[in-house]
Amino acid sequence: MDKKEVNSRRSFLDKSLKLGLMGVVGGAIAVKLADATAQEGEKVKVLTQDGKVVEVDSNAIQKVNHASHSAEYKVREGFPGRKFVMVIDLAKCKNALKCVDSCNKEHHITTPNAWLKVYKMQNTNQTSPYWQPVLCQHCDKPPCVTVCPVDATFKRRDGIVLIDNERCIGCRFCMAACPYSVRVFNWGDPKQPQLEEGYEYTPDFGGLPSQVGTVDKCDFCPHATAKGELPHCVTACPQGVFYFGDIYEDTVTNGDETVKFSKLIKDKAGYRLLEGLGTSPSVYYLPPVDRLVDFDEADFSYDQVKYTSSSNTETK
Amino acid sequence: MSTYNKIVNDLTPKQFSRIGIIWIAILCMVTVAGIIAYIDQIMRGMEVTNLRDYALWGVYISNFVFFVATSFVGALTASILRLTKKKWRTSLVRIAEIVAVASIAMAGVTIILDMGRPDRIPNLFLHPRLQSPITWDVLIIMIYLTFSVLLLYIPSIPDFAILKKLNHDKPFLRKLYGILAINWKGTEQQIKIHQKSIQVLAITMIPLALQLQTIDAWLFSTTYRIGWDSSNFGPYFIAGAFVAGTGALIATVYIVRKFYNMHDYITEKHFDKMGRLLVFSCLVYLYFNINEYLIPAFKTTQLEADHLMEMFFGHFSWMFWFVTVGGLIIPSTLLMFRKMRKPLPMFIIAVLVVVTSWAKRYVIVTPSMLHPFLPMQGVPESWHHYVPSIHEWLITGATLAMALLIITFLMRFIPVIPIQRTLDERGITESANDQN
Repeated sequence: MDKKEVNSRRSFLDKSLKLGLMGVVGGAIAVKLADATAQEGEKVKVLTQDGKVVEVDSNAIQKVNHASHSAEYKVREGFPGRKFVMVIDLAKCKNALKCVDSCNKEHHITTPNAWLKVYKMQNTNQTSPYWQPVLCQHCDKPPCVTVCPVDATFKRRDGIVLIDNERCIGCRFCMAACPYSVRVFNWGDPKQPQLEEGYEYTPDFGGLPSQVGTVDKCDFCPHATAKGELPHCVTACPQGVFYFGDIYEDTVTNGDETVKFSKLIKDKAGYRLLEGLGTSPSVYYLPPVDRLVDFDEADFSYDQVKYTSSSNTETK
Repeated sequence: MSTYNKIVNDLTPKQFSRIGIIWIAILCMVTVAGIIAYIDQIMRGMEVTNLRDYALWGVYISNFVFFVATSFVGALTASILRLTKKKWRTSLVRIAEIVAVASIAMAGVTIILDMGRPDRIPNLFLHPRLQSPITWDVLIIMIYLTFSVLLLYIPSIPDFAILKKLNHDKPFLRKLYGILAINWKGTEQQIKIHQKSIQVLAITMIPLALQLQTIDAWLFSTTYRIGWDSSNFGPYFIAGAFVAGTGALIATVYIVRKFYNMHDYITEKHFDKMGRLLVFSCLVYLYFNINEYLIPAFKTTQLEADHLMEMFFGHFSWMFWFVTVGGLIIPSTLLMFRKMRKPLPMFIIAVLVVVTSWAKRYVIVTPSMLHPFLPMQGVPESWHHYVPSIHEWLITGATLAMALLIITFLMRFIPVIPIQRTLDERGITESANDQN
């Protein structure tokens, strides 16, 4: 009787310790191992969040109920349990403009107001110039969202700032409020190629279609994320400049390599644009040190940027 | 003719003269041209303007701010002069209220012209977000418009009763004034309620007017933009509205006096008083201008320095110095001299003040748009500059013409100088007159 009580207490302590550990165990592994719990005493290797492999008793493993994964996706809420982040490595950028072309193509941008631009930056006369891709910074305190009078532009829990082009009244206050000048306006009819019939507009896919008299901007490609793909600029870049990931998972990837976000930012002294304004962007930059390619002024031409051919030119 | 009849006759709205009809025809032509341009803008989108992603606000917003500013005259003269019980105001308040109603109504129209999707105006009420300064602006403009109309209408009720009697042989006017007079008989109780209502309205107008100008300023100062990011902006706009409103009032009063032959009612003394008011308002505005430009110039942070260099010596410098010298220094210096506070010189100065007030809004709005935090790159060269297009000028011209049309038509039906009040102040009653 006594022995049993001690035992149960011990096992309780044991269990609770392991439960604590399990909290950080990846959900997918837990699910996989759920069947194995029947076999008592077996040691199982699992990966913790900070990358360590640990052995735990299979008894202690329970299926973690990721409520978020089963939750319904709402366009104004975003992907449950996610928080997207981007890192742009300025040391690698050589202004190939593939990101811009790809973005323009995928979002059907027909007019010369690309959502993603590559700036030629030079901080002082003494410092060397560098290329800086700029897209919507998806701020955590977005000034554009604050000033929108009709809730057309909104911030989601997964960090993405989107625009509902069917709500937007075209007052352009958000454009005046954005310190990064990333928002563009459809001044005239965008004359995009015809969309598939039956396509239903969603703010998740900016530019499909762009609507005259409303504001557009980088949407962080939730339509790609939903399919398990990376944003178009990330995959298009031949240099691997763009890293995209989830700050909760603390990982970002440029398609070739997957790295730990916090370590990358720490090691390479990552920073955000106009940090002093307090907008708290989701896009981080790595300084343009030890550049892989020399700065070539000749690359600086926006005539190279390709836009989606408008429906007009197609019919001609 | 008895004094009573003379005054009533002098102050009754007259039919348009030939000059009046030509004036209206010209204004209508300008308006129609603007309406055609606007229809084109609706059909083709705002690409007909020269606004682009960097210069995203331009002449429409400047014009909007100008109208908001001139509407301040309503609260200024109507309320402040009413409450301070200055006798000389009697001849000016009605004109000021008419200018205010026309301005605030047109402010509401001009803001719509700048919208990319005017068809979605209902969204402002279906999905309002209270944290947006635009929502505040929509609310305050509607409230201010309502109060301006009331402040024009309610004090006019006794006059409508007089006009109803006067026009007993003209069925349309008799009916119109009959409705407007809402059975005014001038009983003691009616007078009491009437005066009380005006008092309440006049007091309410002051905070409303201050809010209107401040919210208008906040549309700009709630952003990070260089040149707008200023805690000085609220009072700066109020002071600016003071100048614009007084200028607009003087110009209108002069024209009314000349074309309606009101020399007996609007005297040189009125011009002298208004001149002093304009000097005062210009000096206050000058003070805020010094704050607005000198302090950033003292510090010259890089972005501020670029912005100010452009203003003082660059692309916008001619306009900047035109509005500063023409709109502030000239009026405030010249009008210090009694000789300049005569009707004609005052009129010329007032027109200068109105023109520079309009240009001042342009100087506030446009240069800041062209100084973003990140360099202007990746867009066609033409997007780096902004000069309004023909469409923008036509539409803006039409809004100004429409404001003048509203003023003209209001003056056709509402006595520009309160009849009943003038009679009361001169101690003349109809019955006393009969006994003579």
